[in-house]
Amino acid sequence: MFLRNGPIGLIFHTLFILFILAPIIMVCAVAFTGDGFISLPVNGLSLRWFKAILNNPRFMDAFVFSLGLGLISATIAIVIAIPSALATARYQFRGREALMAFFLSPLMIPHIVLGLAFLKFFTSIGVSGTYFGLVVAHTIVVMPYALRLVLASATGLDPSLERAALSLGASTWTTFRRIVLPLIMPGVVSGWVIAFITSFDELTMSIFIASPSTTTLPVRIFLHIEDTIDPLVTAVSAALIYITMIAIFILDRAIGLETLFVGKGRA
Amino acid sequence: MTAIKPTQAPWLLSTPALVLYATFLIAPLASVFLISFFNFEFYGGIQVSFSLNNYLEILTDSYYYEVFARTFGVALAVTLACVVLGTAEAYVLSRMRNPWKGLFLMVVLGPLLISVVVRTLGWALLFGSTGLISKALQALGLASGPVSLMYSNLGVGIALTHVMVPFMVIAVWASLQRINPSTEAAALSLGASQFTVIRRVIVPQVMPGILSGSIMVFAMSASAFATPAIVGGRRLKTVATAAYDEFLNTLNWPLGAALAMLLLVATIVVLISTNRLIEKRYGAVFN
Amino acid sequence: MSYLVLNNLTKRYGAAAAVDGLSLSIAQGEFVSLLGPSGCGKTTTLQMIAGFVEPTAGSIVLNGKELRTVPANRRGLGIVFQNYALFPHMTAAQNVAFGLEMQGVSTAECADRVADILKMVGLTHLADRYPARMSGGQQQRVALARALVIKPSVLLLDEPLSNLDAKLREEMQLELRSIQRTLGTTTVLVTHDQSEALALSDRIVVMNQGKVEQIAEPFAAYEQPQSEFVGGFLGKANIFKTEAELSAVTPSIRIGEAVLPLDGVPMPLGSVLVRPEKILFTEAQPSALPGLMKTRVFQGNHWLCQVSTSVGDVLVIRQNDGVAVPEEGTAVHMRWRAQDMRAVLSSQLKT
Repeated sequence: MFLRNGPIGLIFHTLFILFILAPIIMVCAVAFTGDGFISLPVNGLSLRWFKAILNNPRFMDAFVFSLGLGLISATIAIVIAIPSALATARYQFRGREALMAFFLSPLMIPHIVLGLAFLKFFTSIGVSGTYFGLVVAHTIVVMPYALRLVLASATGLDPSLERAALSLGASTWTTFRRIVLPLIMPGVVSGWVIAFITSFDELTMSIFIASPSTTTLPVRIFLHIEDTIDPLVTAVSAALIYITMIAIFILDRAIGLETLFVGKGRA
Repeated sequence: MTAIKPTQAPWLLSTPALVLYATFLIAPLASVFLISFFNFEFYGGIQVSFSLNNYLEILTDSYYYEVFARTFGVALAVTLACVVLGTAEAYVLSRMRNPWKGLFLMVVLGPLLISVVVRTLGWALLFGSTGLISKALQALGLASGPVSLMYSNLGVGIALTHVMVPFMVIAVWASLQRINPSTEAAALSLGASQFTVIRRVIVPQVMPGILSGSIMVFAMSASAFATPAIVGGRRLKTVATAAYDEFLNTLNWPLGAALAMLLLVATIVVLISTNRLIEKRYGAVFN
Repeated sequence: MSYLVLNNLTKRYGAAAAVDGLSLSIAQGEFVSLLGPSGCGKTTTLQMIAGFVEPTAGSIVLNGKELRTVPANRRGLGIVFQNYALFPHMTAAQNVAFGLEMQGVSTAECADRVADILKMVGLTHLADRYPARMSGGQQQRVALARALVIKPSVLLLDEPLSNLDAKLREEMQLELRSIQRTLGTTTVLVTHDQSEALALSDRIVVMNQGKVEQIAEPFAAYEQPQSEFVGGFLGKANIFKTEAELSAVTPSIRIGEAVLPLDGVPMPLGSVLVRPEKILFTEAQPSALPGLMKTRVFQGNHWLCQVSTSVGDVLVIRQNDGVAVPEEGTAVHMRWRAQDMRAVLSSQLKT
């Protein structure tokens, strides 16, 4: 674009950024309060509530649980997404559009509906409240994100590369392992990452299918807030924000947030 | 490569995903659809009988009318707010130099990686009667006493706008990236003012992005749960929180299922029909 | 003698035939070109030989063995793709070594053979470079090395030089021919560039709309085209409709105003083809075709002239041998020897 932003644009932009950051800054600020109730740390910063997290095993457990769940769901989703992406990228076949739409359909379904559906279904087949149920539900929900990014990489793959490998004597599996996989790796990695983050942050659906023994961190935070909004849960949220900020930074350096969300850019 | 026919290969490759989806997506949705036709007795639990009672109840009860009206009304308001704010911000961002552009893009898109419950907590803190907003309004003399935006439609709207606007920025940003910058230069060379350039050259080209962003924001706002639950509270129910109530509190699964089905159908209808419209209107221009 | 035999090879897509009954017998060590415009079926033929496309009918026999039942990754053919298809995440040396790895060749032998072939194509200094950092010409050599190092029974080249600029293309043509002669590999080249086919091949297969128009050695194909299509595709051609001139003393034909004695050449039925370089400018005479010089273009070592006549525009190429070429707008007369007229069959029915 040729022209720079005028003063109106910049003022708007500043206000917009403030709007975006306001709740996040609020959470981080209140987390440092030394009082026993919600207040801003006007009297100095205190780590009392962060320390309190360590004494509260429910939040720590939920955090670890969410990490594990995210890891497993993202990995399963990516492993299933890769062949599906290759199928759609490489071949022109009847029903290709429909198949793609079908695989991306969870994006169109409100998580509240998915939550009810999974609760009902899992109860019927007797896995309600189990780890297995959560993994399955999360995998389905994160699949479209993983699939989209792997697909972006797979579509950019030159089909003659596979033919070249075959002509040189490689088997189909070797061609996949030595040629295709290394070249779609950017899509695979970024797909995995966004799948993990989506699983970790997921709330609405998880509320329905979580149980006391299988509670994710967002659910734990939500249930606490339903009860009371106190500095403890604020500190937990602040800690989550800091971890996410580090993740944002690493992601932006490694893959580029634009690529992750918009799909174009460096990687 | 010659063992598997090219027509079979894609289906074979998609088998794991197809199995996963058939078992754990289609089946659950089907069972919710089914259960929405069952009846619920307060002391008897769920009765397996087929009737449209639940749907009739929802469509005739004024309570649910209010719930649906609030849900889609707020969603519409949020969508409009996001269109204005998101488009403007995307435009301003696109005209920045690096490193600012990359930095602010990170700031705008970053919150998407933070769980919605954390973002909404922030608004709850801001909205409370002892919150910053209340204090600021009192300090500016715009309010005589403590003002709480909690448990109000406005509060829910503001918080939802915050959650949704990054999606709008993404959609408009993607559209902006595709615009040929020379079209702007051409317009300027032909004597157009900056404002006219925006109005006559940029906005029309960005329309598809705005529209697809709007659909996304509307659908997600209508089915949002955490934000209306926390900021709206017990009294201001949306379809999502009402369904939650029925399912987990009243245990009237059939009714909850019916609510969910109506929400699903409404969402999909909006998504598909607006998508078709965009295709028809802009397909020839941008294909 | 017949090393690679294609027998009645056919590929149909629905009702349309991309390749229709192609039969060709290639000797070991021979360099054959499949030449034709895009859509003539030459690339499809190559892909069938390679095993990427399954033939609808016909057979492909390599050294006595039917290839159709052999999967693509076991045919032992060396392929150079049009866009080279180098593995972007591997260096030149790794690319070249890939086929040897698949064959299970020992690391030591692999390194030796890779080094040798890279030396042969002149890229020893680029062994550890990645394709993205190489020029088109360098990439092309790596692709060639990769295909040759596996000692293929047949080398298949799919328009390998089309992405190179003119000067580089000429260089590569010479090198390609020299390497092929040194190694003695049976080679099939697919190209739309007739000068390339003429320069490199032992024999040319001219194809049009899925069918073979003519199989011949370059000189024969050029001088004795069997059809109007071949004549027009291999170099420039003038096609004249002829009539027998019955009023002449010796057997002659009439082309426009000119009456040309046949000098023992058999009477052509229908059209004849005359190459532009065989036409001379002369004084007015009964056997010369009169015309008006419309355009003349100087091309360094020759002149390209367009002359408008009563039978249409005639193309003339004159060597720049110091003799002046008539200027635009002047009246000219053209003649040629009877032997330089070739009877051609029309490729299409003209109404």
